[in-house]
Amino acid sequence: MDWQGQKLAEQIMQILLLVFAVASLVAGYVLGSFQTMMLVYAGGVTLTALITVPNWPFYNRHPLNWLDPSEAEKHPKPQIAVSSKKKATKK
Amino acid sequence: MHSFGYRLNGLLTFSVTILAIMCAIASLSDNLNTPSPSAEIQVMNINWFQKQPQGNDEVSLTMNISADLQTLFTWNTKQLFIFVAAEYETPKNSLNQVSLWDAIIPAKEHAKFWIHTSNKYRFVDQGNNLRGKEFNLTLHWHVMPKTGKMFADKIVLTGYSFPEEYR
Repeated sequence: MDWQGQKLAEQIMQILLLVFAVASLVAGYVLGSFQTMMLVYAGGVTLTALITVPNWPFYNRHPLNWLDPSEAEKHPKPQIAVSSKKKATKK
Repeated sequence: MHSFGYRLNGLLTFSVTILAIMCAIASLSDNLNTPSPSAEIQVMNINWFQKQPQGNDEVSLTMNISADLQTLFTWNTKQLFIFVAAEYETPKNSLNQVSLWDAIIPAKEHAKFWIHTSNKYRFVDQGNNLRGKEFNLTLHWHVMPKTGKMFADKIVLTGYSFPEEYR
């Protein structure tokens, strides 16, 4: 999952759970059944889990563009300077 | 970091937090209900009325209890606990409460009832003050919700009295 996919998954999860919470409260209160509220919410949590937990392909539409290897070779990593004096004392 | 397990954990914690808030709202919604319960108790007969060897008065009576408590039930109500108590004043105690009968009402369909019963629990006074005593019969109820706050209330029925003599 890429960076934007992570953000998308998080937002979908929060919005879906809130929508299902409100829907189940209204359904439970109107129908006068606490059990209905619990079942609707449980269904909502399951559905949200199926949508946001697995790594679906649509979460991977913004892959990171890494530098080309040849480009990286032109700009070598800075090396850690090792002083010869220290090496000498160790020996 | 953003792995399968991490997302599942986030989802579960968030969903349980919301569930707690939903339960709190369900409990608060009980306040929207304005119940109008009614109850009536008739003392049909004083079966016997005597002084125990220890000196305490004891009485057995037959009651006719009818009540309509259906409006106490909301979508968040699990059951009702109800009991009938005899309440009276004596020189020793400013309020005596003796539980005579109780019941659990598990559903709204059973909340409108009628029962003819003698006292389920013994009615014994602390002392021998019951001859000619005026007393109240009070129907108490405790509403037990599925989630949240418990409610309790009562209906006081007045104008009952014991006979002047033991029988």
